[in-house]
Amino acid sequence: MMKNNGLRKEPVSDTQLLMTITISIFVAMYLMAMFGLGGGFLHVQQIFDMLNDNASLIIVSCGLTIVMIGGGIDISVGAVTSLVVMSCVLYLNRGGNIFVAILLALGIGLAFGVVHGLLISYLEIQPFIVTLAGMFFARGMTTILSVNPQKVSHEGFTALRDTKIEIPWLGYTAKNGNLVPARMELGVLVAFVCVVLVFILLKNHRLGRSFYAMGGNQQSALMLGINVKRTRFISYVISGALSGISGFVFMMHTGAGNATNAAGMEMNAIAASIIGGTLLTGGVGNVAGTFFGVMTLTTIKKIVVSSGLNDPWWQNITTGGMLCFFILLQSVVLSRRNGKKKTL
Amino acid sequence: MDNPILLTMRHIEKRFPGVLALNNVDFTLRKGEIHALMGENGAGKSTLIKILTGVYQMDGGEVTIEGQPVVIHSPQDAQNSGISTVYQEITLCPNLTVAENMFIGREDSAWIQRKEYEKKADEILGRLEIPTRGARILGRCSLAIQQMVAIARAVDMNCKVLILDEPTSSLDDKEVNMLFKLMRDLKAQGVGIIFVTHFLEQVYEVSDRITVLRNGELVGEYPASDLPQVQLVSKMLGENLIEELPEVQTETKMIGKNQDGVSLVGDMIRNEIKKNSGVFYEAESLSSAQALPFDFKIRKGEVNGFTGLLGSGRSESVRAIFGADKVTGGKVKIKGEQVKINRPIDAMKHGIGYLAEDRKRDGIIADLSVRENIILALQVMNGFFKPISRSESEAFADEYIKVLNIKTASRETPVGSLSGGNQQKVILARWLLTHPDYLILDEPTRGIDIGTKWEIQKLVLKLAEEGVSVTFISSEIEEMLRTCSRLIVMRDRHIVGELTGEDLNQAQVMKTIAGGEA
Repeated sequence: MMKNNGLRKEPVSDTQLLMTITISIFVAMYLMAMFGLGGGFLHVQQIFDMLNDNASLIIVSCGLTIVMIGGGIDISVGAVTSLVVMSCVLYLNRGGNIFVAILLALGIGLAFGVVHGLLISYLEIQPFIVTLAGMFFARGMTTILSVNPQKVSHEGFTALRDTKIEIPWLGYTAKNGNLVPARMELGVLVAFVCVVLVFILLKNHRLGRSFYAMGGNQQSALMLGINVKRTRFISYVISGALSGISGFVFMMHTGAGNATNAAGMEMNAIAASIIGGTLLTGGVGNVAGTFFGVMTLTTIKKIVVSSGLNDPWWQNITTGGMLCFFILLQSVVLSRRNGKKKTL
Repeated sequence: MDNPILLTMRHIEKRFPGVLALNNVDFTLRKGEIHALMGENGAGKSTLIKILTGVYQMDGGEVTIEGQPVVIHSPQDAQNSGISTVYQEITLCPNLTVAENMFIGREDSAWIQRKEYEKKADEILGRLEIPTRGARILGRCSLAIQQMVAIARAVDMNCKVLILDEPTSSLDDKEVNMLFKLMRDLKAQGVGIIFVTHFLEQVYEVSDRITVLRNGELVGEYPASDLPQVQLVSKMLGENLIEELPEVQTETKMIGKNQDGVSLVGDMIRNEIKKNSGVFYEAESLSSAQALPFDFKIRKGEVNGFTGLLGSGRSESVRAIFGADKVTGGKVKIKGEQVKINRPIDAMKHGIGYLAEDRKRDGIIADLSVRENIILALQVMNGFFKPISRSESEAFADEYIKVLNIKTASRETPVGSLSGGNQQKVILARWLLTHPDYLILDEPTRGIDIGTKWEIQKLVLKLAEEGVSVTFISSEIEEMLRTCSRLIVMRDRHIVGELTGEDLNQAQVMKTIAGGEA
């Protein structure tokens, strides 16, 4: 009786289904932009620009996805990114060492992650409140460090900042006949590494599966022998560390520190995770989806700008609309799916 | 003949503030047996189980497994000692696959070998003949299968002692049989199973031995074959209680012989009714958003019942009487006078009380205290501008806690922390406090222990004697036969029969429900 079942394919999980929807919508939207708007969308460089601009957003979104799968939330990521940028800029401008600056970035991120994790897991304070406090704290610290924008003058760093990976065969020939290679910043590589590592962690590591178990049903996870407190703690530490890395990548992209850096980044990261199929209720989500969530979000903004709607509110309005659309789509798809009679 | 002893609990003692929950209780489980742990609410069976699973720490006594003393301080310790528990509520993760649920939290390596787990899971599921697959998402399996997956996990953890806490309460007959088969298979493999349930028939179907607890004390351990159901019930309730309750013995006889029967008390009440004639409530082609038009009347001091399969419209009809659903038509007379009942408050003002079917959703307010829950209906009737004074409400609460024998730490205890049976009594108290002329009880005895069931039945009969009309709905036909003098049978949202007198027996009711002529 069991053997006959061997050939039948299991239906895909909710996580995979939602991710597939996101990727399909991203591809469809991009194709529409290519054919409808043309211009920049016809060049591969457009995608690289989107990646260059959003490398740090992709990195924080990875961390946020982990936290959200575990059933939590971390709204401090943008502020921590900003604090890391300002700290590293000031440190480098005093003649600091690049490697120490990287350690400093990681250290600040980790420190926030550890404190958040301790308060949330072991003192059982609401994650929203804890990370809200973290957000205000980091923003305040950034302003204390410097109210005025600070440009990095450190030579080693500017060299690193200007290092671009050039891919000639993805480039295009400009009007004057010169070949313009596709350019990618180093930060994008870092972002890719983060996405891949988090993807593997979530899919194949014991810890990753514990995040899903914890988000699916915390009580059950406990009964199944998972150390829920430690698992939750680790999820915030990872999110903090990734915010640190994000800060350094942000600095490599802009080359300057500013108190308003990465403003609203946490909200974009939450939006990207949700569009990518992560449920705020926890237990469902995928970092590959989150990556496409960032890309979808960015594509929408590019399309809005290319359509001649340059005022920034148009981007916000369309983003809001898309978010609404995705959440509706998710809930309709999931309720249709789970409303079906359950099989043995 | 006796299998070797697997687990012993000796002189177990557990105190809670002000209560001795377990007093010198012994429990012995042998290899390869299914051992039913029986007792009323508050008997201490869940406390005993929780001590064994490490949720509570015992205050005295010792536990040994295979002769070795063990110390259990946490659920983890219990698992390491070979004790696994499958709870009534599924404690697995619905968003993970069956295989992951079986192996998570106890993997050998940090990296997940998905395919290997799924293969291993399929193997175990196949061996236990559980019809699902390792790769399936758990949430897509039926509750019965989820429960079996939990058992499979326990089995693969080499559990020696498997505790099943009310495993059958949300399963249908077919699923129960599947579960029982699995239990017997495990028994054959030498696992000792502790089976906690409220269903007497199920106990006798699978158990080898029965341990009965009462009021935190051990009543005794008996082989299931030597303990007739009548006696089991009397052991659970206590001999004294049996003497107080003549109808209880009728009940036990009925269960024991599993035949049709009508209780003496029922007959007595029925005779009363003939003398007593004033019609209290009368409805003519009453209909609501949920119920088709129907005619209905009830006399003063009569107990009648609505019966029929689930979805036959029995609950919908009484909800229409109470105005709980939108009333769409019909004429209603109370004591011969035409009245309008469109909302529950109208019904309440005319002396009708309604105890809803789903006490969690429609009945109790879990965070409020016993006292606050009890005075709720009276407060609504009085209007909120005439508050009931604190001392008055305390007096009311104390009175009904005593009258209905509600087991609660104090009148200020949140209702949510009471057992199901006691929650039900709180809601009953709420309605009794309004001194209704007509009380509608929709499934008042569902999911509560036998003792409380009987108390509620007794109360219904007593109310009727005092002249209160009662409409009683229960899924257990026996229970309705015992309390009602008139049964209204519904099928497919229509009244298809009304049984009284000689026709009031199980065979006739079944026949009417199923479709008459056949």
